[in-house]
Amino acid sequence: MSSIPGDLQYTKEHEWVAGIDDGLTLTVGVTAYAAEALGDVVYVQVPEVGSTVAAGDAVGEVESTKSVSDIFAPVGGEITEVNESVVDDPSLVNSDPYGEGWLFRIRMEGEPEDLLSAEEYGVLTSGES
Amino acid sequence: MSRPTPLRGVHEALGATLTDFAGWLMPLRYGSESAEHNAVRQAAGLFDLSHMGEIFVTGPQAGEALDYALVGHLSALEPGRARYTMIVDPDGGVLDDLIVYRLAADEFMVVANASNYPRVAAELTGRAKDFDAAVDDRSEQYALVAVQGPNSRAILGELTDADLDGLKYYAGLPATVAGIQVLIARTGYTGEDGFELFAAAGDAEPLWAALTEAGAPHGLVPAGLSARDTLRLEAGMPLYGNELTAELTPFDAGLGRVVKFDKPGDFVGRAALEPLKDVPPARRLVGLIATGRRVPRHGYPVVVADDGAVVGEVTSGAPSQTLGRPIAMAYVDGDRSEGLAVSIRGTHEAVEVVDLPFYRRKK
Repeated sequence: MSSIPGDLQYTKEHEWVAGIDDGLTLTVGVTAYAAEALGDVVYVQVPEVGSTVAAGDAVGEVESTKSVSDIFAPVGGEITEVNESVVDDPSLVNSDPYGEGWLFRIRMEGEPEDLLSAEEYGVLTSGES
Repeated sequence: MSRPTPLRGVHEALGATLTDFAGWLMPLRYGSESAEHNAVRQAAGLFDLSHMGEIFVTGPQAGEALDYALVGHLSALEPGRARYTMIVDPDGGVLDDLIVYRLAADEFMVVANASNYPRVAAELTGRAKDFDAAVDDRSEQYALVAVQGPNSRAILGELTDADLDGLKYYAGLPATVAGIQVLIARTGYTGEDGFELFAAAGDAEPLWAALTEAGAPHGLVPAGLSARDTLRLEAGMPLYGNELTAELTPFDAGLGRVVKFDKPGDFVGRAALEPLKDVPPARRLVGLIATGRRVPRHGYPVVVADDGAVVGEVTSGAPSQTLGRPIAMAYVDGDRSEGLAVSIRGTHEAVEVVDLPFYRRKK
């Protein structure tokens, strides 16, 4: 059973989002459930800082030994920061998906829709496993 | 529902990620597949391969029946030895790649892939009908466990008095391992020294437990299908369904040497394959090493970097632990080897063409 921190929100695409104090920016990563399903992550492609994306856009990819998954923007906005550490060491997605393995930050234009609570995400993933 | 192997309980107790493979519920990985891969290269790994098929061909004309049914010259095989061979359809298309063990003068064991063995058993039965030979699919009665890696000799040596040093590569020996009757074969699919142990299905759990215990001081870890696939890819070994299909002949796959035209008598596929033996195939199977970090995967097009013209297709690809870069096998038109790329989800990523295998162990 993979962990689902109660203080984060989640998407159906197995990403987590965390609000930053400024109220405008979200940090985005993939969940422990997704990381375990992928296996050892060997390559992470993050979006470009300064690029503007729409909600639902594929903005990057996470690649493991056996498969590759797109990373989606949970909300429209501008990419303000990416985690260069995870590009250099993709295994951070496996070892610390909710911490050192974060992927990018986005300054929101509008509000994210359809985010799930930890409880709702738990229900979603228990149905899939 | 996928069929479990006799070791399903063991895999679940180890916390394995299980996956459907060819209709079987198999361990994909137990923890980190990279760690499992590296353990096999540096120490040893323990694999459950009970999904493979074991088909026995017995009788006074068993060897002649296999000479007719397969592309190899099996009647010439000495008892105790094994051969890599193939079964093809009358058009020369590969139905499966096989390892055939001659257990005695009148007894052979044909080991077939999980996805193909019911078909192989049916074909062998039909092709043997005019010979004094019986075909018996005993796959359900057998478990297959493999110990692979540089420490596998030492590990197995602790559990058996069998003459392992006298057991050559591609040879088999009936023996007792940890008190269990097995056939020990010095074969594998990892590019390392190693052994495959054929045992009764009911003996699989105690055999696994004994190997686990004897292997612990030697760095043995359980290893899943994910590691098995990356190990065989580094070793340049074909996988049926990827490098080998019914649409390809052994010559297409660069494996024409397994077709023995000089054996006596006709064999299924001879007429179709004979004209191909001196013709350079339109495509050849090559190794690719990616320049970047994105992984060329099964089905991705191989293209000319300059103009994007499609000149081939990737059959298998994965990140290589040993090389530190993504590797792939691909069929590429003609003898083209410069200026190629793989189209990875719309982006051309440069690749270098190399001869197979990517990895060869130091003897």
